[in-house]
Amino acid sequence: MSGVRVLIGTRKGAFIATADGTRKNWKISGPHFGGWEIYHVNGSPADPDRLYASQTSAWFGQVVQRSNDGGQTWEPVGNEFKYEGEVGDHLWYDGTPRPWEFKRIWHLEPSADDPDTVYAGAEDAAMFRTADGGKTWQELPALRTHESGPKWQPGAGGMCLHTIILDPVNRDRMFIAISAAGTFRTDDAGKTWQPINRGLRSAQIPDEDAEVGHCVHRIAQHPSRPETLFMQKHWDVMRTDDAGGSWREISGNLPTDFGFVIDVHAHEPETIYVVPIKSDSEHFPPDGKLRVYRSRTGGEEWEPLTKGLPQRHCYVNVLRDSMAVDSLDPCGIYFGTTGGQVYGSADGGDTWKAIARDLPAVLSVEVQALP
Amino acid sequence: MIRVVLPAHLKNLARVSGEVTLDVEGPVTQRLVLDALEAQYPMLRGTIRDHHNGKRRAFVRFYACEEDLSHESPDEPLPDLVVAGKEPFLIVGAMAGG
Repeated sequence: MSGVRVLIGTRKGAFIATADGTRKNWKISGPHFGGWEIYHVNGSPADPDRLYASQTSAWFGQVVQRSNDGGQTWEPVGNEFKYEGEVGDHLWYDGTPRPWEFKRIWHLEPSADDPDTVYAGAEDAAMFRTADGGKTWQELPALRTHESGPKWQPGAGGMCLHTIILDPVNRDRMFIAISAAGTFRTDDAGKTWQPINRGLRSAQIPDEDAEVGHCVHRIAQHPSRPETLFMQKHWDVMRTDDAGGSWREISGNLPTDFGFVIDVHAHEPETIYVVPIKSDSEHFPPDGKLRVYRSRTGGEEWEPLTKGLPQRHCYVNVLRDSMAVDSLDPCGIYFGTTGGQVYGSADGGDTWKAIARDLPAVLSVEVQALP
Repeated sequence: MIRVVLPAHLKNLARVSGEVTLDVEGPVTQRLVLDALEAQYPMLRGTIRDHHNGKRRAFVRFYACEEDLSHESPDEPLPDLVVAGKEPFLIVGAMAGG
């Protein structure tokens, strides 16, 4: 590998950080699309120079940008996201019905094989797909029109489809997560979906173990263990070993099990990372100490990782799409904060260094290993 | 020739600087000016008007000749000075936020 490229989405533009394989010295470009909210920038596994960015604004709506040269130049592509057929209602915050209304794209997930095929997760929750490099987008309507859809309700950040995992083995299988509906799986490329939330308990909803209604913040998978998923729920860190058939809690000795991000080491499928956040009423780290917690045992037993991270007066948040791992050896871990810092570790989390310190609030972080 | 001033973010998106000029056939209305603008700069589709219902986005305003035309019918003729190219049609991002 010749190096890595970190793709950073922020409240006021996108930034791209690059380094060689030592990951010591970083060059940062940007802001790209300055002043716009960039919810996500992601690259194609099939062609690392093909990037997609979700650019949004309360004034001017949704734009999707595409780059064919690793982010040096960009072109706007299609931005029409139309819900198919009867739009229907979901529940609003106050429990009254409200029609689905497109607001923005939270997450872009390019296919493993084809740079022109990308899946997009929307607010209000729905899944879209392009097969022509972003020129046109079509909804996979079976998800939004699932029989439980009228019971879905927004979380504080909106009713967003924020996580898309394309199964690396079974190409017809996908996992997605919605705040606050929960996790769903398709085994037939999106023709049908089933909620996979058994084992989740959420005290914030009337029926704690309801089939849907859970505020899942993030799910992560290691490609060598496609049946195993890890979840950071609103509260609780969870895992499943049967592709979502049942979940169990693995919060163990974490100082708090509230948080947003979760990710898996690139080469150790039982090594996972979270950033504990004090609570849903105080969206900052406990005791003003920014600590990544690592479990090498697939959960339950966690160790704090602090070297190079601020251990006093730190009151930032780390949002759900803001952690990524690279595939180099040793594995690199990256995360961004609402205070505009992007931290990286080139040794699996043992030590950390700020790649950038004063960016706008970070909404998303992805990393690509460059050939 | 119709002169149109875009807000800064849409100038960047359309990769233009200064005013945009458009040729509009027939009666010059908001709708036809925006149709011509989007035909010339397709990347602006959906950023000023909703893709699906064609309505002005909530935080976008239309001004001309010191008047707010945002709530006028999109099919009302624009002021003569705009039609004559002596005054621009202003597309403005509403003042809000930080």
